[in-house]
Amino acid sequence: MDTYATLQCIWWLLLGVLLIALAVMVGMDMGVGTILRYVGRSDVERRVALNIIGPHWDGNQVWFVLGGGAVFAAFPLIYATAFSGFYVVMLLLLWSMIMRPLGFEYRSKLPSQSWRNTWDWALFISGLVPMVVFGAAFGNLFQGVPFYFEWNVTSHYTGSFLALLNPFAILCGVLSLSLSVLMGSVTVMNGAEDVIYERARGLARTAAIVAMVLFAIGGVWVHGMPGYRIARAPGAGVAQTPLQQSVTHADGAWLANFNAHPLLWALPLLGFAGMLLCLLAANARRSHLAWWLGALAWLGVIATAGASLFPFLLPSSSTPDQSLTIWNSSSSQLTLAWMLGFALVFVPLIIWYTSWAFYVMRGKVSAERIANDEHAY
Amino acid sequence: MHDMTVVELSRLQFALTALYHFLFVPLTLGMSFMLAAMETVYVITGRDIYKHIVQFWSKLFLINFALGVATGLTMEFEFGTNWSFYSSFVGDIFGAPLAIEGLMAFFLESTFVGLMVFGWDRLRPGQHLAVTYLVALGSNLSALWILIANSFMQMPEGAHFNPATMRMELTSLSELIFSHDAQAKFVHTSIAGYVTAAVFVAGVSAWYLLKNRHVELARRSFRMAVLFGVLATAGVITLGDALGFVGAQAQPTKLAAMEGLWKTEPAPMPFNLIAFPSQTYQTNYGAIQVPYALSLLVTHSFTGSVPGINQLEAEANLRIRDGIPAVAALKTLSTDPDDAGAQAIFHAHEKNLGYGFLVQRYAPDISLVTDAQIDAAAHDAIPQVAPVFWSFRLMVAFGLAMLAYFVLAVIYTMRNIVERKRWFLLVALWMIPVPFLACEMGWLVAELGRQPWTVFGVLPTWMSASTHSVGYMVFSLIGFVTLYTAFIIVEMYLMVRTIRRGPDDIHGAPASHTSQAERLAGYAEG
Repeated sequence: MDTYATLQCIWWLLLGVLLIALAVMVGMDMGVGTILRYVGRSDVERRVALNIIGPHWDGNQVWFVLGGGAVFAAFPLIYATAFSGFYVVMLLLLWSMIMRPLGFEYRSKLPSQSWRNTWDWALFISGLVPMVVFGAAFGNLFQGVPFYFEWNVTSHYTGSFLALLNPFAILCGVLSLSLSVLMGSVTVMNGAEDVIYERARGLARTAAIVAMVLFAIGGVWVHGMPGYRIARAPGAGVAQTPLQQSVTHADGAWLANFNAHPLLWALPLLGFAGMLLCLLAANARRSHLAWWLGALAWLGVIATAGASLFPFLLPSSSTPDQSLTIWNSSSSQLTLAWMLGFALVFVPLIIWYTSWAFYVMRGKVSAERIANDEHAY
Repeated sequence: MHDMTVVELSRLQFALTALYHFLFVPLTLGMSFMLAAMETVYVITGRDIYKHIVQFWSKLFLINFALGVATGLTMEFEFGTNWSFYSSFVGDIFGAPLAIEGLMAFFLESTFVGLMVFGWDRLRPGQHLAVTYLVALGSNLSALWILIANSFMQMPEGAHFNPATMRMELTSLSELIFSHDAQAKFVHTSIAGYVTAAVFVAGVSAWYLLKNRHVELARRSFRMAVLFGVLATAGVITLGDALGFVGAQAQPTKLAAMEGLWKTEPAPMPFNLIAFPSQTYQTNYGAIQVPYALSLLVTHSFTGSVPGINQLEAEANLRIRDGIPAVAALKTLSTDPDDAGAQAIFHAHEKNLGYGFLVQRYAPDISLVTDAQIDAAAHDAIPQVAPVFWSFRLMVAFGLAMLAYFVLAVIYTMRNIVERKRWFLLVALWMIPVPFLACEMGWLVAELGRQPWTVFGVLPTWMSASTHSVGYMVFSLIGFVTLYTAFIIVEMYLMVRTIRRGPDDIHGAPASHTSQAERLAGYAEG
């Protein structure tokens, strides 16, 4: 394999790592937002739940920003085609997400109960909508999205907004939501006590079971779904546009990589194992262990999807020949190489100081502390 | 083909969301460093009043910061959602600084801002100070990478067009990072943020002094802010001049629009202090001129001259004619990348490819292009003069007004007479909107002056937009206007409320009027 193709594969893997980090770190905060009104019945209880993630949500959110930035830098054609193609969905995602910083920062600034209620609903929407969209986007990748390119690679989306909310996409969206609720519940268990802790524990168990069921249904569904296969293409590591390949539909094609490399079956197993063990750990009140197992579940689920789609990133349902793969949508070798250098230096640094921030803020959040701390949310 | 209504709506949406985002960014840039400076005084002196000062101003900082973060997300989405051709065409270059911003700056800022807020009781004073500095460093590094990305649009360096991938690709990261435009613009813009924060802090402090509340905190904050402000304002003006000097070479069309220079004139050229430019008649009405000044300002000599719009339009006409064969050859290459004849034609004309795209707006099939279409495209190569001309003058006028204000403020505060100058405290209060307006004007000069290009000389704006329907664009515009209007009302309300309530007493109860004893103690110390 030449250097360019290797870099393309590395960036595909790094993109996977970023998506997993995003799902785990942003997903848990969004999960807390989604379950806020359930685990916290009174204002004080809700503030406890909010302040558990209070010091960290902003840093965690950068995984989302970095995910977007990395797609832009490493796979610009994906960024351009997906963000413009999924237009209305992207706007719903964005509009719900921009309420979140304000929800955290402004909610407890005024004593009015209706003010706080409004922001609690905003946090609920900004937790639920993005996680459903995140999963639904994956669901659409499996089915292909209707788009084509002009001769100069101007992209055109030809589908409707509603087509993006099809049954399989909704299934993936709810799977993503349930994993986020699972992580959110476990995070609340980590930082809360008593009644809030018990409510979160109950939710964690439900969410884990729902996630396992949906993941299993999704697997069966993909099995019978027509997948995509490259018939002819310039190949890996060759500078190209998406106009130079031919792609065919084939039943069961999304399982081709698993059949060719049976070791890959470990990935969905990892997903199931993560969910099941997370359920058991949460039940046994080992919430910190449950958090890591929940993260493992995310890893298994996203890696399964990635392994199944490889080397496709965004198949076109209307013009399959113009489907986007890691070979025809990546940046140039020089950009990929520089970006890899920056990632190798900064990602470990980020993990190091993020861990320090969690270490500094470790421990349970109590109602008394919030009452005495004028900086608390 | 693109619907021009969609292009115009995309431009409007970008301008509105970027200008809105840019209301919060400068204050974040400047206040983060002011907080770090104030906290440094606290750690060195160990006196609680300074901790009190830091904690009060950080409340206002955070209200502003939240909206800066929220509206920044919009900007990241918008390139992909509304400017998809731009994103795929230059993403190989433009995406890199954005991703590096995330890795190097945004994580730093966002992770430590959490500790800055929640870490007061968990960190030692020195540790907390380091955290505050890291927030300031992160937000300023963030500005650096964003402005490097923007500078590529203003002055594309370190990149070339690759016909095999039909897009611009990076040739040198160092040329991209160390472009002169990027350096001058980063310093100019980030220091403009320091000025904004200084005017804000001084203005709010002046209000407390007027109301005779929190005098101790207000006097100290005022003094720190105006010292910070006078230096920063001098820096902004100096770097603004440098930026003009760099820009004069990189974008002669922007410069001509800024100066309302319709015809090339012999040196030494006069400067239009005030004028009413007419795009239709290509002339200025009611011009008040300062002799020699333009040559001095833009070439730093009496003998220098810069081209006027008539000359620039004629040059654009020639470049468009030269770019047409490049576009035609490119179309051949899209079906047969190995066509040697097309490759040769392309390479002979590739440096004017962007100008070929400019005329494609009128001639989708480039082989049928007419002279009238070429003339129309050459006419497009000049930005709208009046808005650029006036935003530039307003920005400079605001800058000079702030310099005068800060010089006076420093004199008064050093002589300890500022509290007796009630009129001046009122001026300080009413100065608060000025730096925000100046920043907005600066954005308008930079981005309107760059038209008709998104990437100067390389990619026309009309091509850059996504191929949406008008309905989609109206839908998203209505959504943003609704949400952003609600957000600004909430933000302003919380800001004003927090300022009115003022810093809490050391004992936790809201402070009312400062007692006479406290004031005397304050005078004795100060």
